[in-house]
Amino acid sequence: MSAPLVLESAESLARAVTQGERSAADVTRAFLAQADRTAPKLGTYLHRLAESALRDAEAIDRRRAKGDPLGPLAGVPVAIKDNICVRGVPTTCGSKILEGYRPPYDAHVVERLRAADAVIVGKTNCDEFAMGSSTENSAYQVTHNPWNLDRVPGGSSGGSAATVAACEAPLSLGSDTGGSVRQPAAFCGVYGLKPTYGAVSRYGLVAFASSLDQIGPFARSARDTALIQGVICGRDARDTTSRADARPISLDALERDLAGFRLGVPRAILDEAGEGLAPSIRAAFESAISAYERAGAKIVDVSLPHSRYAIATYYLIAPAEASSNLARYDGVRYGVRRSDGDLRGMYEATRGAGFGREVKRRILLGTYALSAGYYDAYYLRAQKVRTLIRKDFLDALAVSDALLLPITPTPAFKLVEKTDDPLAMYLSDIFSIPASLAGVPALSFPASFDASGLPIGLQVVGRPFDEETILRVARAYEREHDAASRVPAIALAEAGDAR
Amino acid sequence: MTKYATATDEMRAKYEPVIGLEVHAQLKTKTKIFCACATTFGAAPNSQVCPVCLGLPGVLPVLNERAVTFAAMTGLAVGATIHPRSIFARKNYFYPDLSKGYQISQYDRPLCEGGGVEIHVEEVRKRIGLVRIHLEEDAGKSLHPEGKEGVSTTRVDLNRAGVPLIEIVSEPDIRSGVEAYHYLTKLKQILVYLDVCDGNMEEGSLRCDANVSVRPCGRVAFGTKTEIKNLNSFRYVEKAIAYEIDRQIALIESGGRVVQETLLWDSARGVAETMRSKEEAHDYRYFPEPDLPPIDLDPSWVESLRASLPELPDALRERLVREQGIPEYDAEVLTETRALASYYEEVAARSGQPKLASNWIMTEVNAVRNKTGDSIESFPVRADRLGDLVAMVANGRVSGKIAKQLFEMMLTDSSGPEALVQKHGLLPIEDDAALRALALEVLAANPGPTAEFRAGKEKTFAFLVGQAMKQSRGRAHPEKLQAALRAVLTEESA
Repeated sequence: MSAPLVLESAESLARAVTQGERSAADVTRAFLAQADRTAPKLGTYLHRLAESALRDAEAIDRRRAKGDPLGPLAGVPVAIKDNICVRGVPTTCGSKILEGYRPPYDAHVVERLRAADAVIVGKTNCDEFAMGSSTENSAYQVTHNPWNLDRVPGGSSGGSAATVAACEAPLSLGSDTGGSVRQPAAFCGVYGLKPTYGAVSRYGLVAFASSLDQIGPFARSARDTALIQGVICGRDARDTTSRADARPISLDALERDLAGFRLGVPRAILDEAGEGLAPSIRAAFESAISAYERAGAKIVDVSLPHSRYAIATYYLIAPAEASSNLARYDGVRYGVRRSDGDLRGMYEATRGAGFGREVKRRILLGTYALSAGYYDAYYLRAQKVRTLIRKDFLDALAVSDALLLPITPTPAFKLVEKTDDPLAMYLSDIFSIPASLAGVPALSFPASFDASGLPIGLQVVGRPFDEETILRVARAYEREHDAASRVPAIALAEAGDAR
Repeated sequence: MTKYATATDEMRAKYEPVIGLEVHAQLKTKTKIFCACATTFGAAPNSQVCPVCLGLPGVLPVLNERAVTFAAMTGLAVGATIHPRSIFARKNYFYPDLSKGYQISQYDRPLCEGGGVEIHVEEVRKRIGLVRIHLEEDAGKSLHPEGKEGVSTTRVDLNRAGVPLIEIVSEPDIRSGVEAYHYLTKLKQILVYLDVCDGNMEEGSLRCDANVSVRPCGRVAFGTKTEIKNLNSFRYVEKAIAYEIDRQIALIESGGRVVQETLLWDSARGVAETMRSKEEAHDYRYFPEPDLPPIDLDPSWVESLRASLPELPDALRERLVREQGIPEYDAEVLTETRALASYYEEVAARSGQPKLASNWIMTEVNAVRNKTGDSIESFPVRADRLGDLVAMVANGRVSGKIAKQLFEMMLTDSSGPEALVQKHGLLPIEDDAALRALALEVLAANPGPTAEFRAGKEKTFAFLVGQAMKQSRGRAHPEKLQAALRAVLTEESA
């Protein structure tokens, strides 16, 4: 008996569909069935697109039957985080303020996915406006970690990470502002890539912090991550911060060994986390370093001295930009409107009822940081520190080819464990935020599991627009370890039941 | 309580008004500054919108390079520095017609800084310095239609949202409403010469806010300023400034203090009223726009733009004085628009009569245009025909009087002046025999005055000349006619 279809890689599914070995409709049906069974338990989706997904899959099959060439993701189901616009489909960003809102256009990445013959299967749950590290800030529902339903999937792209981990879709898209792809990828035991700032167009990504936001993919292998990243990256005229430097990644290049490779290790950053760093994470990190040495890489000591200021810097810049980006949710043109007397009353009632606590907290923080008299001390200084943090990374990457870091200080924490302690929640982003501020590409890959069976991820950081190298580093680890190939019981049991 | 309702001349003499203007000019681009929507005026509400200018979630601005070109042209025309790098900033405030909750503008790194504009008020030339010119997007428009049974509704039209504007900020160099009027006129003239703005105030393509303060003569420090908004014409600007200067002087003279506030001009009542006080002023929380990279301009591009600028009003005026030898005043009038100056140059060239051509345009042509409102481009008498007419006057082919008749005809008849002369028999009467016959006829028809002249009343001669001229429909050669009349009068009395 062969392995269930839903465990197959996107690469092999696309090849099978292209060669006519499987129909796109069958592939789509299999994943839809998996999600029918697991999604209600996991809370992965805010909106599923079963009907249109099947229609799209059948259209792909008809095109193949006519002899039309198919795209690189032929018939591959892809789930989309709910802060990325899909034409005519509810896009709420996990917020009540956008309840019922349906964008009249597709995000650039959605256009690219459609052009590559991928099948969009739904909108995944996330923290409200991507603000959070556990997906518990969604105004609609909780998402559970597929490896342990009492644990968070991470956030803010928790739904997208969990849906791939549970094999409800082979691929998904999330967005990463301070770690929102990498951290849930680590918690859910999948790959999560935050591309270089500017590698993927943000057109159609509902803005949280414009200078940090990047759309990034989730997958269950390094090669699948490279495959979808190659589809979504590149210059888009509608996002003038997007760059032509981002090019498709060669899958063959990922197979090159690491002989002579210089892997930079900023060990001092581990101490930043202090007692917050779980021994299991430290052990996984040290063990990975040894594995890379065995694989032929040369370990280079590097330092990122300004990373200690990263969280403070991030929590000035991101909320400042968010306070401005979220001003448009005023009840005038779309989404929810609450009336209360005059114009000011409408604004206050609409925004008071529409936004959740964390969003309001960040709007207040950002508004304060940009206020007259505080701008220089907060926002401007934070930008200067940001420049230093970026320089640290570029310096370290001048003497090494990529950096290895932890991505989270602990494995997935328990639901509601940190909801009343925003500062503890913020501190859990200590390893992900520096690369976000630096704008460099960073990948979270499955490295191992702790004693309780929770996944542990590690992070590879690369030079700007060199996503290929960090995927190659992760792929080298993947060839020697089985962490990435393991799937949670919920996915297997259900997939098994389905047969 | 205000002791003085208004300022007296005596009070005015003690104070120096200090005025700075902020002018918003709509750039004449086909599309909006950050999206591809059309900028046409007067379209049905919300028909020229897209996700970008509607500020829908997830959209991003893309800069219209033409808007940058137009703004840089304006900067070059007024002698400003064009910065090789400038950046956009967000100006944050809530208003229903501001779709994103912020306006994309420029703040501490504007595109242009410095420069100035020369104005000419009552024979005195004066330079009004400029602080900056920056690019920004317009907001939409809030409409407040009459609601049913006192229920107030507001409707928002976002066609104008995202239309490119430049804000031109003057130094506080202006000293009166009249100077403000001249400054605005000059600024508009430059913008229209550059063809970067249509200068139409009614359609809102040119808008102005005025900052006004007064200080005792001789004092360097500025007084407290107020800002006046809603100035919909250059005349309102002039009036509102004069009003506000007087209000401030009278207030200070009666022991009061000027309060920093924003005023709204009510043109119907001729008064400015408080819109918001300093305490209610917005904190716009400016910060660099993260969605747009800096505007980086190649110095060689700026230089080629400078080289391609059209001739501007001051240079053109000086050239007309130099090349045509016409008075400064004429050149000023003729350079009101680029098209009028071109028209003049063609008439002058064709007729070979620079001053006569100028006279004809300043009097006859402009008199008709003032009545009909025609632009020179749509004026029925084209420059070639007027040039021919002016030449005919100059070489004596027709008298001034006939020429005016011809000009009247040319307004509705597209023939050339020579053809009209032939068609209507308007050639001058110069032949001696014909003039003699005319003289005899006139004397016979006017026996009384003839007798009076002969009795020594010389004054009557002018009357007889007039009658003869009238009889000839103005065609008689004036000197020869007079000679013929005198000859006949002396003959018969002999």
